[in-house]
Amino acid sequence: MTMTRRRALRVAPGWWFVAPALVLIVVFFLGPVLAAVGLSFTDFDLYALADPRAARWVGLRNYGRVLREPLFWQALRNTLYFALVGGPLTIGASLGAALLVDSCAPRWKATARTVFFAPFVTTLVAVAIVWRYLYHPRYGLLNYLLGLVHVEPIDWLGNPHWAMPAIILMATWKNFGYNMLICIAGLQSIPRDLYEAASLDGASAWQRFRHVTLPMLAPTLFFVVVVTMIGYLQLFTEPYVMTQGGPLRATTSLVLYMYEEGFRWWRLGVAAAIAFLLFALIVAFTMVQRRLSPRGAAGA
Amino acid sequence: MSGARPGSATFARTALYAALVVFGVLSLIPLLWMLSASFMVTGEASTFPPSLLPKHPTLAHYRDLFGRLALGRYALNSAIVAIVTTAGALVINASAGYAFAKLRFRGRDRTFRFLAAGLAIPVQVAMLPLFLLIKSLGLVNSYGGVIIPGLASIFGIFLVRQYALAIPDDLLDAARIDGASELRVFRSIVLPTIRPVLATLALWTFLATWNDFMWPLIVLSDDRRYTLPVALAGLVGEHAQDVELMMAGAVVTVLPVLVLFLMLQRYFVEGVTEGSVK
Repeated sequence: MTMTRRRALRVAPGWWFVAPALVLIVVFFLGPVLAAVGLSFTDFDLYALADPRAARWVGLRNYGRVLREPLFWQALRNTLYFALVGGPLTIGASLGAALLVDSCAPRWKATARTVFFAPFVTTLVAVAIVWRYLYHPRYGLLNYLLGLVHVEPIDWLGNPHWAMPAIILMATWKNFGYNMLICIAGLQSIPRDLYEAASLDGASAWQRFRHVTLPMLAPTLFFVVVVTMIGYLQLFTEPYVMTQGGPLRATTSLVLYMYEEGFRWWRLGVAAAIAFLLFALIVAFTMVQRRLSPRGAAGA
Repeated sequence: MSGARPGSATFARTALYAALVVFGVLSLIPLLWMLSASFMVTGEASTFPPSLLPKHPTLAHYRDLFGRLALGRYALNSAIVAIVTTAGALVINASAGYAFAKLRFRGRDRTFRFLAAGLAIPVQVAMLPLFLLIKSLGLVNSYGGVIIPGLASIFGIFLVRQYALAIPDDLLDAARIDGASELRVFRSIVLPTIRPVLATLALWTFLATWNDFMWPLIVLSDDRRYTLPVALAGLVGEHAQDVELMMAGAVVTVLPVLVLFLMLQRYFVEGVTEGSVK
């Protein structure tokens, strides 16, 4: 008794404080990540789910199979489309909203910020369902508004060419408020005398924006664009709820593809290989960010 | 503005406020339409031209949801999962974040860097083996299966650590000299000092858990355990034509987090700006 007590006391108290978090993270996150490497080298399927001994080592066969699957390449294209178009679009909206909030009268600032941020806190599944109806080709509000300016009705979610833009638009609406807050903080950190100096030199509002605001904000903007794109590479809920990956697979993302392989068809080995290909993509994006970042690893 | 003529200044200001209003309307329309359509009689939301306000407001869909469709059950599940996760995450991440900031122990910085590396890994990579682990623990289709993997968060530890770094060492040492144990120091000095960041952490955890979809979808198979988002995604499959009913369901799901946000938005804002400087 006293022996174990004394030994326990020798452990630095710091370890006791971090132990619960560390154990949980290792057991329920980092451990599974390592296990996923192993899983991706096996043919783990429905039979193995009943009896894990049925799973066999298959080396790189899952990766070969996935890379030869046209659906994988389509999912990759869809995911990149969403991230590369949706990311910059979202940040553009964030910056626009931030500039508006920053230059409006102080008594309206808080209200404007609250309104713009509200979509971000809503439940994605719920608002995705709302947007399904806003996009309705006959009764939807969006086509009605477009009709007022004589645009023919668009079958937003039923047309393979429009489904991804529709999802991008919805995601932009949902997420721009988050990065807007970061942009506002960035704008406020720009020294005021830079603007005053520019004004004294006779710079117009546009010139002040172009030559003071943008360069000063560039590191922040670059950081949030890449972080947003990395988040967007994990697209899942929007297509799951709004289009089920269709029409004609036009909105099947990598994560949706992984989910279907893993949890609908129970091909967990194949799904793990897809997960690692997604991970590789995210690592590539992170490395590009580190490499191109104006101030080294700005903000990281 | 100093060099500009008064006329152009007025024009610029008008344009600014017009743009603000347009942005604001675009942000709110989907939410307002959701609320409005939830009070419409069946079929009214599927008319042309679209009706914006209910002609004969009705609570029928809410009654239907809580009566026939047992949405109260899912709301309760969501509340249990979100509240328990938040409470657990507070204790676990606050103590770890504080220790990484202020306590000295061998291997501390190496362990922290190890965790930081984990931030770059997408959660979906862990989900497949995690499901097998949860299954072998007999936690599939239980609250525990949803709650336990969400308790410790690397981001939460970062958030608390960042804030706790500012606690002066003298304050902690003074208490230690007075004979307070480390646990005592944590409870009576550290926790009150870092209360603002705890509020931020609690709000973000609650929000993330309440809104989470993919993991509950995977782990919950029996609809008696569904959280609201999972139940809603299932309902839309069967009741896609009942627009007004689905909108009422969306309102019930969104309203708690929206109200929470309106009441405590200061802490949301701090969470975003803290997170971005980490």
